[in-house]
Amino acid sequence: MTLAVELAYWQQTILRVVLVLAAVLLPAGTFVYLFLFKMISFMQSRLGPMETGPHGSLQLLAEVGKSLQKEDIVPERADRKLFKLAPYLVVGTVLLVYIAVPFGPDAYFSNLDGAVFYALAVSSVSTIGVLIAGWASANKYALLGGLRAAGQLIAYELPLILAVVGVVIQAGTLNLQQIVTAQANGEIFGWGAIGNPFILTQVIGFLVFVIASQAELTQTPFDMPIAESELVTGYITEYTGLRFLLFFIGEFAAVGSLAAIAATLFLGGWYFPGLSLDAGYMNVVGPLILLAKITILGGIVFWVRFTYPRLREDQLQRFAWTVLIPVSLFNILVTMVLKVAF
Amino acid sequence: MTVTEAQQRAYVAGQAADARVNLEIESEGMTLNLGPQHPATHGTLRIVAKLDGEQVVSCEPVMGYMHRGYEKLTEVRTYPQITTLINRIDWLGSFTNEVPFILAAEQLMEIEAPPRAQWIRTILFELGRIANIILFLGDMGVQLGALTPVFYAFRDREYVLNQIEAVTGGRFHPNFDRIGGLKDDLPKGWIDDTKAVMNKVRDFCDLLEELLLGNEIFESRTRGIGVIPGEVALGYGLTGANLRASGVDYDLRRDAPVPMAWNEVDWKVWTHPDGDSFARYWVRLQETREAAKIVDQLCDDIPAGPIMAKVPRIIKVPAGEAWVATENPLGEMGYYIVSKGDLGPFRVKIKSASFNNISIVPWVTRGVYVPDVITILASLYFILGDIDR
Repeated sequence: MTLAVELAYWQQTILRVVLVLAAVLLPAGTFVYLFLFKMISFMQSRLGPMETGPHGSLQLLAEVGKSLQKEDIVPERADRKLFKLAPYLVVGTVLLVYIAVPFGPDAYFSNLDGAVFYALAVSSVSTIGVLIAGWASANKYALLGGLRAAGQLIAYELPLILAVVGVVIQAGTLNLQQIVTAQANGEIFGWGAIGNPFILTQVIGFLVFVIASQAELTQTPFDMPIAESELVTGYITEYTGLRFLLFFIGEFAAVGSLAAIAATLFLGGWYFPGLSLDAGYMNVVGPLILLAKITILGGIVFWVRFTYPRLREDQLQRFAWTVLIPVSLFNILVTMVLKVAF
Repeated sequence: MTVTEAQQRAYVAGQAADARVNLEIESEGMTLNLGPQHPATHGTLRIVAKLDGEQVVSCEPVMGYMHRGYEKLTEVRTYPQITTLINRIDWLGSFTNEVPFILAAEQLMEIEAPPRAQWIRTILFELGRIANIILFLGDMGVQLGALTPVFYAFRDREYVLNQIEAVTGGRFHPNFDRIGGLKDDLPKGWIDDTKAVMNKVRDFCDLLEELLLGNEIFESRTRGIGVIPGEVALGYGLTGANLRASGVDYDLRRDAPVPMAWNEVDWKVWTHPDGDSFARYWVRLQETREAAKIVDQLCDDIPAGPIMAKVPRIIKVPAGEAWVATENPLGEMGYYIVSKGDLGPFRVKIKSASFNNISIVPWVTRGVYVPDVITILASLYFILGDIDR
């Protein structure tokens, strides 16, 4: 980050930690209030929280306060260390994903050359956290949930990565910052008024990415690991208080992080057509534009979640292997041919 | 009823699977206790499932956690007091519990309610059916992971409950049926309101047909899941929509002669040949529409006259035995009353539908996956009070 004032290394570190936390918690909080509290309520012909603050906007604080007050229970037969570690692992991976996401021309935590690779690799680490939680809880529901999560996340990691390959081929880089630049400067058959957000040319890739990330995030119709009518709440069953809160934040922050990656890869990231690509003000406006795009993508995720029933585990696997993966491979093939042709 | 060869084969295959299960129980696996406190049992039903991975090896319902001893309690109460009690058996369609009991008592006393009372009884009965099944239609979505439909169900059920409350004074437990008639007549303007509500019920059915029944995921989760051939359904004593969804055309409203007004109007008994979870949902959806149709027609020509027959001030039922069953929302519900001429019955046997409907669970859940157990339980549709009594 280039700043007007020179900061010592420890000052920069603190600043970065605070900003990463803001980057994680802001979208997560937005999602919870906007979608989980309000959108779902309006879809279900009710009002949702209305008493805490104007239109219930402080409900979030109330929920956090409630969770912090609760007793921290560890089941007797649980593997104590792993049980306590799991939620931090899940939240931690979300923090790590945001490190790779650019928010403006100079506003980024780290400008990695292999950012796409890094982000996708790190985002799947949370699977291990989920599996640990399921195993360490010493609960049958949790174990079933954890195993389901592992199977599901492995199956959907592949289409997720394959969907991104098309973008990488088109942009010619793995660097997320350069992918944003490539979309801003791109042209569609010589027409460059709005650049080339890859959602237009990679529409198949985008759809596969959105579906696969819905599964990756274990949201309905792919929410079998949680499946409250079958498995109580799956791997979260035994968690209370702060640790439950961490899982909860992790769930919504993960939606934010995958939406951030999707927005960067397919919707032009922090850039908006007509704005400058390297002016200083974009370091302030860029994050807001990105947040708006994240919110739109998150809205789609939750819209589907509140509408659809749940698939069954085997149907989910069949869908991944027989539909999504062939389609994304086909997409890569077409992208390669067109890339060489033009 | 004729048994097709396919049904016979399915039955034989089921018996063979039974034998296999008995072998497999000996081997190690995981035992999963669904309940007594579990989100899917909406009450306190416990289901012991032995699993091999996620596949169910055997699955057995354990009931009795909510046993309230109704059959015994009726022995120490007078007839008018009993209706208050039996209201609570199937708590979603309460009025429907009272009717067969009152009819049985009337049969012993050899009196019959005047036509107006019969008409209003039938209307309230069908309203109770709608209030009950609407919740099933929404709740099935919750069990399959779709959260939204149940909120529409509760919203539209409220209109029906308002109508019941306007007549009886009780939203949940009307306690309105009396030996020889009804407690009161309909309030003014109630007929028009009810017709408006019936339109809302129909809209609700259309909504769910689009939102849930037409959803591909819903279809793939329910089609072919929990198939019960008609012969097996009869063998296990299933009644109501569960039986009709297996292709057996049997409805006590049409088939049993009781002094009610169903046979005065035009309606249809829906059946479905498949016998799977989808069929059970579909049949219930059609039944709700049919019930709305019945209420509409009955509202149009309620006969004038008294709502109470001549009954003695202190009701003593002459000695004898009587059995009356009606087609309740959950299936066949009947009361066998043994009277010795006292103020209260000597013995009452309550036959409720859910007890039989749940007894097929071990048969129908063998070899399915855990999510399908939930689908099957939801589609069989039981009320805990109706199982345990």
